[in-house]
Amino acid sequence: MSVSTVSAPLHLDPSPSKPMTSSVSQAHVKSSNPVLMVEGLTVAFDGFRAVDNLSLQVAKDELRVIIGPNGAGKTTLLDMICGKTKPTSGRVLFKGEDLTKLAEHQIVRRGVGRKFQTPSVYEDLTVGENFEISIPKAYGIKTSLAFKRTDAVRKHIHGFAEQVFLGDVLHQKAGRLSHGQKQWLEIGMLLIQQPELLLLDEPVAGMSPREREQTGELLQRISHGRSVVVIEHDMEFVKRIAHKVTVLHQGQLLAEGSAAEVQADPRVIDVYIGH
Amino acid sequence: MQFLQKRADSVAIALLMLVLLIVFPLVLDDFRLNLMGKYLAYAFVAVGIALTWGYGGVLSLGQGIFFGMGGYMMAMFLKLEASSPELPDFMVWSSVEALPIWWLPYQSLTLTVLALLVLPALLAYVVSYAVFRKRVGGVYFAIVTLALAMMITVLSVGQQGQTGGANGITDFRTMLGWDILSAESKLIIYIAQVILLGVVMVLSSYMVHSRYGKVLVAIRDREDRVRFSGYDTAHYKAFAFTIAAIFSAIGGAFYSLQVGLIAPGVVGVVASIEMVIYAAVGGRLSIPGAVVGAIVIGFLKSYLSENFPEIWLYFLGAIFILVVVAMPNGLAGIVDRLLRRDASPRPNVAPGVAP
Repeated sequence: MSVSTVSAPLHLDPSPSKPMTSSVSQAHVKSSNPVLMVEGLTVAFDGFRAVDNLSLQVAKDELRVIIGPNGAGKTTLLDMICGKTKPTSGRVLFKGEDLTKLAEHQIVRRGVGRKFQTPSVYEDLTVGENFEISIPKAYGIKTSLAFKRTDAVRKHIHGFAEQVFLGDVLHQKAGRLSHGQKQWLEIGMLLIQQPELLLLDEPVAGMSPREREQTGELLQRISHGRSVVVIEHDMEFVKRIAHKVTVLHQGQLLAEGSAAEVQADPRVIDVYIGH
Repeated sequence: MQFLQKRADSVAIALLMLVLLIVFPLVLDDFRLNLMGKYLAYAFVAVGIALTWGYGGVLSLGQGIFFGMGGYMMAMFLKLEASSPELPDFMVWSSVEALPIWWLPYQSLTLTVLALLVLPALLAYVVSYAVFRKRVGGVYFAIVTLALAMMITVLSVGQQGQTGGANGITDFRTMLGWDILSAESKLIIYIAQVILLGVVMVLSSYMVHSRYGKVLVAIRDREDRVRFSGYDTAHYKAFAFTIAAIFSAIGGAFYSLQVGLIAPGVVGVVASIEMVIYAAVGGRLSIPGAVVGAIVIGFLKSYLSENFPEIWLYFLGAIFILVVVAMPNGLAGIVDRLLRRDASPRPNVAPGVAP
């Protein structure tokens, strides 16, 4: 087992544009190139640094869970990766390209999908229509006006709906789904975009134990062939799904390693209990 | 559900066309039919408002701008023909010596038609895309359009010698030598207008039931999320707004032909807001509903102002309040609810069929 915690304070690196030099982060990257490289990312709101010189890397096929107390900067980090928030400094490299210069829709087209904390689905459209408008590569007005609902398209949609346990409710208005089903629908809408990087903010919040279990299996399944970053609070769930856990605290990286390792880390325990 | 909605739309459009094309010309006298033509000119605008406001969530209080552009351009052509080879009378009164350069294209009908389709579209796209890109929407967009409408009205009233000022452009009666004021030619114009309105309704209905329309609804309800589905939402909204502007301009052109005048009062702020009322009364989520709204309110306006000349505006206000409070989806919403009660115990459609 490699050393799992960061021993050198990362914020000592003053130049955010320089490539990450911390040997700790690199120790975790398996042989392949990381899909996502966050380098010296900082964002300040009125002087308050919500994320402070943060660096991390996520590999292909990896399911990374980010944990941390409230206000640790977890959601803000995802916001900056997907373009919702522009960082004050630092870079987000996705397959070598800096995402911080791109608009949200361009980042999506590069292959990044984002699920929000509160389920965001189009309530006035049916479940099927929610999937339909999430099908990628028909973003132009012309293509979208000429879009045909062929049998192939219907099968395609049905396949993805089955994956997220919604095959039977394609004709229901999304607004009438249960909270857990909305979470699934949003995940399904991301999957049909076929992203290489999935960012999921609390995907099992408000789910029943049975739904959690199904979602856990789903997350395991979908991390094959892509990278998944999940924000989650429930340690039991984290232990079940995480390949690796990153702990954030006050916008900085506190620890990184397997679920068991970070749970045993005295500083992590201190942060959680000390608050 | 989707399939049913689409079919309901088609049936409603077909019925409406039947009434407009056959019943009205048979039942109404020349005077009333001409008034109907005037209401239908506004129906073009109302369809555009249903598209942008009802489906896209973009409320414009300045559709009179585009209606006015279409109306003025058509009137400029007709006026030039009426006064040729002299200058139009209002220019002579303001001692304008030569035809202003920007009037030159309107000596040709082809150029006029081209201009009244292209220029409003250009203005609509450029202005709205710039605003939407800055993530300005909702009430603020409504205020921007309102301000634009005011600006253009003030400008046209002030430029007496170039635009006819507060009186607008009037006193024309031929188009390419053809008398447009005779009963027969009015009927022909009416028929042409109804057919074009049919085309506009079918196109709009196609749009809202296509994937484009679904994205538009999604933008209305959760624009942020749509960006994260990979769409340039500003472009989508601006496109809907542009289409609405073209429809409005077509309506304006027919207004000039039907009524024989165009003036700032017909296209200004108050008129623009009235246009929104048409769509709201008919049902902003229904393309044929918007047309019915324009007809109903137009008719009520004529009827009430003939019978209660002093207080008719209060009636109009009351109707609008009633619609907003009691029937948020307008007349079409009521029809929809009645129909749905009929069809509510529907067997479940097999999954994967007809989404």
